[in-house]
Amino acid sequence: MQQIAYRGTPHDPMAPPLELTHVTVGYPDGRRHHALEDITFRLEATEQVAVVGPNGAGKSTLFKLIAGILKPDQGSVAMYGNKPDQHVCIAYVPQRSTVDWSFPATVADVVMMGRTRQIGLFRRPGHRDRAIVQAALERVGAADLADKQIGELSGGQQQRAFIARALAQEAELILLDEPLSGLDVPSQEAIFEILADLRRDAVTLMVATHDLGVAVEHFDRVMLLNTRLIAFERGEDVLTPENLLRAYGGHVPLPGAAPA
Amino acid sequence: MIDWLLDPLQFSFISRALVAAVIVGIVCSVLGTYIVLQGMAFLGDALAHTILPGVVIAFLLGLPLALGALVFGVLTALGIGALTEREMLKEDTAIGVIFAGLFALGVALLSSSSGSYTIDLAHFLFGNLLGVSTGDLWVIAGLGVVVLATVFLLYKEFLVVSFDTTLATTLRLPTRLIRYVMLVLIAVTIVTALQVVGIALMLAMFVTPAAAASLLTRRLPAMMATAAGIGVTAGVVGMYASYYLDIASGAAVVLAATLIFVVVFIFAPGRGLLAAKR
Repeated sequence: MQQIAYRGTPHDPMAPPLELTHVTVGYPDGRRHHALEDITFRLEATEQVAVVGPNGAGKSTLFKLIAGILKPDQGSVAMYGNKPDQHVCIAYVPQRSTVDWSFPATVADVVMMGRTRQIGLFRRPGHRDRAIVQAALERVGAADLADKQIGELSGGQQQRAFIARALAQEAELILLDEPLSGLDVPSQEAIFEILADLRRDAVTLMVATHDLGVAVEHFDRVMLLNTRLIAFERGEDVLTPENLLRAYGGHVPLPGAAPA
Repeated sequence: MIDWLLDPLQFSFISRALVAAVIVGIVCSVLGTYIVLQGMAFLGDALAHTILPGVVIAFLLGLPLALGALVFGVLTALGIGALTEREMLKEDTAIGVIFAGLFALGVALLSSSSGSYTIDLAHFLFGNLLGVSTGDLWVIAGLGVVVLATVFLLYKEFLVVSFDTTLATTLRLPTRLIRYVMLVLIAVTIVTALQVVGIALMLAMFVTPAAAASLLTRRLPAMMATAAGIGVTAGVVGMYASYYLDIASGAAVVLAATLIFVVVFIFAPGRGLLAAKR
């Protein structure tokens, strides 16, 4: 697969791949609580980050904000110096439970969807698009699944198909929402291998997970979130008793004891 | 048997009806696949009903019915699009309010006219396939071509918006505009199908062939082609049934489509009722 490059909008190569500055997001119905409050952090290029926190901590809201689906009420989100909606190189891999797997599309169809913008309005996929889709499928070890309907796949295969779609999109920042939930251990290992391999493509990665053990073991840094940013350090430095108490209250899911 | 099929065609009104049924069978079924995939059946039904006042006003003023239907159809498509963007009311509640209100307005307008109220209303509600004029046929064909051409040109974009609106957003596609275009296409298709099945049974022309096709296919182009085939078959069978059995054309077409669906639902390889039992 060719090196993933930015196309179409100006990048500031000196700016970090992602920078949030004092970001606050409310709920649309105007509840007094904020979904996210005063979030500030920056990512390094090709960094791989796990985002952990209890249910309702704002993980999904954070991802939607970065993807440009939500706008911050206060503060700013910048990717390589630009607002998220100026990029087509942010890919969002949804939770498997939110996808309509009965949809009449094959794996190759779904991966080709990632090319929609680059192909352009009123045009059909060309040689280059098909080559990129094929390369993306090979990268995730799913070339032999290309003609399967997406509902015929196992959970791990479904996840790999969507990672291939993000690659076909030529994403530079990939957000994965709970990619491991419901997968058996071999499938999880296969996903980790693919993710580790993404550094070659200059892809920066954020992964939401509820598995603290996985977060510490497989990621450069761990972001502990509960409406506010509680800690964002290397894994073992984040999961201190004080931090965990602040994030989870009394209900700490101990590393290793978290559901696989 | 051949005579039985060809005899009615010596009447030009039957030939016109047949052509109209074939076109509408294709256009409704192709667009219906998007309605089925996006779970928009209620919205499609509502849109069909809201065009009644437009049709009645055109009828009372002596204008082409399609014109009144088109204006009201497009206006309500845009209105529903706008209403569902706000979060003041739940989407289906907002649609329900508009749908019933405008339909009532149509019935009220028609009942206040001096004409043959019940016959006119029946034609609007259940179609009047055997009354398709040459002018009607041109309108049906013209609008049908517009709808199919738009679906062809925006195929990729419609596919992404139907499957994954989040992807559409991260690809920075004009998601709102695409949804509006879809709603307007549904409205235009309703206008083409008005004379064939009528307002009350419109939903079936959208949903039934597409639902049957979804049980038989694994890719969208195949689903569209299969749905179109089922829609055409239902249109033709319904037309003959309407002629020979003297039943209302819209009802005949929809019953034919429903029959095909039931057969598919039971016998579809791999996914039918019989396959599931094993």
